[in-house]
Amino acid sequence: MKKTGSSDKGLHTLTIHHASELLKSREISSRELIESIFSRIDKTEKKIKAYVTITSDEAMKASEEADRILHDSRFTVHDSRLLLGIPLAIKDNICIDGIRTACSSWILENFIPPYESTVTKCLKDAGYILLGKTNMDEFAMGSSTENSAFGPTKNPWDLDRIPGGSSGGSAAAVASDECIAALGSDTGGSIRQPAACCGVVGLKPTYGRVSRYGLVAFASSLDQIGPITKDVEDSAILMNIIGGHDPMDSTSADIKLPDFRKALGKDIKGLRIGIPEEYFIEGMDPEVEKTIRQAIKVIEGLGAETKKISLPHTGYAIATYYILATSEASSNLARYDGVKYGFRTEKNNDLLDMYMKTRSQGFGNEVKRRIMLGTYALSSGYYEAYYRKAQQVRTLIKKDFEDAFKGIDVIVTPTSPTPAFRIGEKVEDPLQMYLSDIFTISINLAGVPAISIPCGFTSNNLPIGLQLIGKHFDEETILRVAYAYEQSTEWHKRKPKI
Amino acid sequence: MAKITKREVEHVARLARLELSDEEKETFTKHLNNILTYVEKLNELDTKDVKPTSHVLQIQNIFKEDEIRESLPRERALSNAPDRTEGFYRVPKIIE
Repeated sequence: MKKTGSSDKGLHTLTIHHASELLKSREISSRELIESIFSRIDKTEKKIKAYVTITSDEAMKASEEADRILHDSRFTVHDSRLLLGIPLAIKDNICIDGIRTACSSWILENFIPPYESTVTKCLKDAGYILLGKTNMDEFAMGSSTENSAFGPTKNPWDLDRIPGGSSGGSAAAVASDECIAALGSDTGGSIRQPAACCGVVGLKPTYGRVSRYGLVAFASSLDQIGPITKDVEDSAILMNIIGGHDPMDSTSADIKLPDFRKALGKDIKGLRIGIPEEYFIEGMDPEVEKTIRQAIKVIEGLGAETKKISLPHTGYAIATYYILATSEASSNLARYDGVKYGFRTEKNNDLLDMYMKTRSQGFGNEVKRRIMLGTYALSSGYYEAYYRKAQQVRTLIKKDFEDAFKGIDVIVTPTSPTPAFRIGEKVEDPLQMYLSDIFTISINLAGVPAISIPCGFTSNNLPIGLQLIGKHFDEETILRVAYAYEQSTEWHKRKPKI
Repeated sequence: MAKITKREVEHVARLARLELSDEEKETFTKHLNNILTYVEKLNELDTKDVKPTSHVLQIQNIFKEDEIRESLPRERALSNAPDRTEGFYRVPKIIE
C-alpha cells in the first residue's frame, strides 16, 4: 500500500478515466484520492460553497472498503465497477437513501429520502464514493444558484460572479477540483449553462435516455439528469453508467444503450454541422461570438462540413418554456403541503391555514413566482390562451429541429450569450434572468441531447462554452465531435486560481 | 395594459395555497405583468392547425403487471412526517 495523505500529488485534479487507471494499477489508493479531495475542499470550499452536505466520514470508510476490493482483486477489477473508489458529487435534487436531499429549499430542509434514485443506484453498482450533495437554485429554478435557501455558490474563475445554474454547485465543484466529477439536472439549461460558466463539460441527454426516478420533479416533460465532468471521455463514461431503460420511470425510453466511449476517437471528416443563424443575435457578448466562430473554424479544420441552417421559432422558446415549465411546476410542487414530509409551520388555525403558511414560509421567492405563473396559466379562462398555445408552439420548435436534422448531423451554437454575470446583477429582474437561457431552452422543449464544452476565455479570463446539439438518442455523435474538438485544443486543461 | 391585477394575483395565490404579504403581492403583480407581456409574443404565431405537444417521446400509457411486490415499510414511509400518531400522519382537525 502507498502512504496516505499525499494531497501534494494533486490527485484531486484527476479525471475519472485517469484515476481509474491509477487505482487499477495500484499506483494510488482510493484513500489517497479521497484525502486529496478533502484537503482541496478544506482549502477552497469556504470561498466556493459548492456543497450543501459533505459526507466525509462515510466517504473515508467507503474508500477503505474500495481499497480492500482493489487489493483483493489482484489487478482484475471488472469493467462494470469502473467507478470503484472514485469520489463524485451529486446535485441536491437527486435522492440518496439516508442522505438529506433538500433541493436547496427550506421546505425540504430536513428531508431524508427513504429510497435511492436509479442514477445513484447505478453509480453505486459501479463502485462510486459519494462526497456530498451540491448547491443549486431552489427546486432547480434559476440560472445562477443565487436562489438557494443556503446561500449562493461562487464561480471558481471569479468569486464575484455566479457559477451559472441551477446545477451551479456541481459545476463549481468540478471546476475547482472539489470532486472528480458530478451529476446535475437540466430542465432548461441547468447542466449546460453552469458547465459553460465554469469551464467544464456538461451533457443533457435525450429526454428519456436517463431515468428520472428519484429526481425531485420540477417540470416532468423537460427534466433530465446528466454528467458534469472535467473532460468529454468522463462524460461518455458516466453516460454508459447512468443511461438506459428503467421500469421505475415510465417516461424512460426502452432503447438500447450504446457504448458511448466507442464513439470517441473517430474522426469527424465529412460530418455535416449546422450553424443556426438565430443563435447569433444582437446583444450577444462580442467576445463570446468571436470565440464561437473560432471554435467553428477548428471543427471545420478537422474535416467537418459546416452550413448555415435556420431554426425559425427560436425566438419563441423562452416564452413557451416559461409557460410550460411553470405550469408543470405548479402541479408538481402541490405535494409540498407539510403533511407527509418536509417543513410544517408551527402555528396554524386549521388545515387550509396550515397549507398556506407552510408553503409561504417554506418556498423562496423564485419558486413562489413560478408557482404563481403556472397556476395562472392553468387556471380557468387562461388555459387555452397560455398553456395550450405554448404546447402548440412547442410542436413548432420541435419540428424546427426535426427539419434541420434532415440535412445535418450536429448543430453548433454558443451555450450562453454571455460569460458568467455578477452576483446580484439579475436578481431584481426575473425576465432578464430567464433570457440568459435563450440558447439552451429550445433543446429541452425538443427533447434532443446537447453538450457544452469549454472553447475559450474572455479577456477577463472567464470561460466560454460551445454547445453541440444532436438528434434524438444520438449522444454518440455529439460526444464524438466534442471529443475531436477537445483533443485538438487545450481549453479543458486550464484551471482557475482560487 | 395590465395583464394581471393585484386582485387576480390574490385569487391565484389562493388557488396555489400561498399566503402572500402585501409587498409580495405588489412585486408579483409587477413581475407577472412583465412576464405575461413578454409571453404575448406567442400570439404572433398562427397555431390554428398545430397539434399540442405534451411530451416529446411517442410513447403511450405504460402498464405493469398487477403483482404483489415489496413496498416501503410503514416506519420508513412515516420517517419524514412532521407530525404522526399510531402509524398515521397527523394533520389539524378537519371535521368538527
